[in-house]
Amino acid sequence: MPDITRDEVAHLADLARIDLSEAELDHLAPQLSVILESVASIRGVAGDDVPPTSHALPLTNVFRDDVVRPGLTAEQALYGAPAQEQQRFAVPRILGDEQ
Amino acid sequence: MSGLTRHTAAELADALAAGETTSVEITRAHLDRIAEVDGTAASGGVHAFLHVDAEGALAQARAADERRAAGSPASALDGVPIAVKDVLATEGLPTTCGSRILEGWIPPYDATVVARLRRAGLPILGKTNMDEFAMGSSTEHSAYGPTRNPWDLDRIPGGSGGGSAAAVAAFEAPLAIGTDTGGSIRQPGAVTGTVGVKPTYGGVSRYGLVALANSLDQAGPVTRTVLDSALLHEVIGGHDPLDSTSIDQPLPPLVDAARRGATGDLTGVRVGVVRELGGEGYQPGVLSRFQESVDLMVKAGAEVVEVSCPHFVHALAAYYLILPAEASSNLAKFDAMRYGRRVLPDGADNPSAEQVMRASRDAGFGDEVKRRIILGTYALSSGYYDAYYGQAQKVRTLISRDFAAAFEKADVLVSPTAPTTAFKLGEKLDDPIAMYLNDLATIPANLAGVPGISVPSGLADEDGLPAGVQVLAPALADDRLYRVGAALEAALVDKWGGPLLDRAPALATNGAVR
Repeated sequence: MPDITRDEVAHLADLARIDLSEAELDHLAPQLSVILESVASIRGVAGDDVPPTSHALPLTNVFRDDVVRPGLTAEQALYGAPAQEQQRFAVPRILGDEQ
Repeated sequence: MSGLTRHTAAELADALAAGETTSVEITRAHLDRIAEVDGTAASGGVHAFLHVDAEGALAQARAADERRAAGSPASALDGVPIAVKDVLATEGLPTTCGSRILEGWIPPYDATVVARLRRAGLPILGKTNMDEFAMGSSTEHSAYGPTRNPWDLDRIPGGSGGGSAAAVAAFEAPLAIGTDTGGSIRQPGAVTGTVGVKPTYGGVSRYGLVALANSLDQAGPVTRTVLDSALLHEVIGGHDPLDSTSIDQPLPPLVDAARRGATGDLTGVRVGVVRELGGEGYQPGVLSRFQESVDLMVKAGAEVVEVSCPHFVHALAAYYLILPAEASSNLAKFDAMRYGRRVLPDGADNPSAEQVMRASRDAGFGDEVKRRIILGTYALSSGYYDAYYGQAQKVRTLISRDFAAAFEKADVLVSPTAPTTAFKLGEKLDDPIAMYLNDLATIPANLAGVPGISVPSGLADEDGLPAGVQVLAPALADDRLYRVGAALEAALVDKWGGPLLDRAPALATNGAVR
């Protein structure tokens, strides 16, 4: 039976870049276990001879002529920015303390 | 022309063409109705709308009237107002996806669906409520409070497009746009007594639709009649070079198919009843309304055959692995750097971008979204990928094969749309599995990309609430949905002696405070 521990949820949250509170971790671990248990039935349904389908329709590359055309103005692009400076997105520091 | 909000879109279009009313009158009537019954989540109103754009809608209505006066309407629906699910980008109008992380965000561009609505002259009344990022079956996962079902304000309107369905059911809008990833147009349609269509995957552009799961999402019509859905589908459908998954083929004639179906003749149509969609877990009243619909189709000349789709029992599991996997990847863009809500972590002096990202995503996403992001991250992680995600993609192949085999025996497939009528608000909120089961009958179509429609099938005996019948067709044969759907609708309306929604209780007006 698949089981997902509190530590595993914390690790997954870390990978997904979400700070979960202690209470959220307590709450989520058992819920995810129940969900995983109910979807575990899928294991073994299809054998090696069945190809996977990632998409309902056959996909082909779509091309267009490489023509210059107007895009968003800097003002439009920055409109929803939480912070901006000199026509640029202002972001918190990217490098950690040790770098 | 009186009672403007009670008319169907087709009737309103005819009245506009005949000069019996104006788009401004129609639009104002719907804005008034919204003001009367919508209220807020807290006030106990329907709360179908997150944003109402009265000024914008009236300006578009005036422009529509001018085009009519000049004898050059932009389309058959020019001047008929519409509501749009808040997951589609609308230039100059807030788009939140029901999430705090996008609170106040105003897109600088229109989704293709929205651009086509504007081009066809439909005034946009506002944006409708939804489960956060379209994750849910009840619209209770909206960060802005739930929408209520106009049939019973203590019940859910379905999800994730509960706002669009409730707006149409409550006569706040004659038409609405929804999106359907696992049933989010059809299931709300079923529980609110409205018509909902999920077109063939790729038949309506996804450009500007904030993605939940790219390989499953599909925008489509929410209306009160099958003909109205066909009219709207023809406006929004067709190839879009901005969406690489858009099908480069003309739409089949949908309005013609609906008109043909409305004559009530289904001679020569083979209807397949899917054995796996209609047993355990289905409410008796929903099943008996479904059986009645099948009997009416037989009376209309259809030949009914039973078909088996043995892998449908695994559809729910495959869906709840594929969807979170795609969602966890799609929602990675909400990182608080270029747009959306930015939250600084507590107690961190000079926090890093990563710390800000973590804090913002914790504060900005609701429980269901976090649950699915974590689940998707798990399904995609090394060591589990083959057992879960890889298997789910193979099951998808098996489900497509089931459909292909079934469509050899039948022109369309039918089932109840949702296993139950609308449940009470809060009833399933802490039980994700019970909530997910609502999409049991609708999910296979999304996994295989085939189109589906939900038509109201009547009221369940035990609770007097609406149920729906689902019709599925092969990919690109959307016209079959409209033919069969319209024939069924005609027979049912005959039987009821009028539209089902006429039986819904009147809503308290003015402030909608109970």
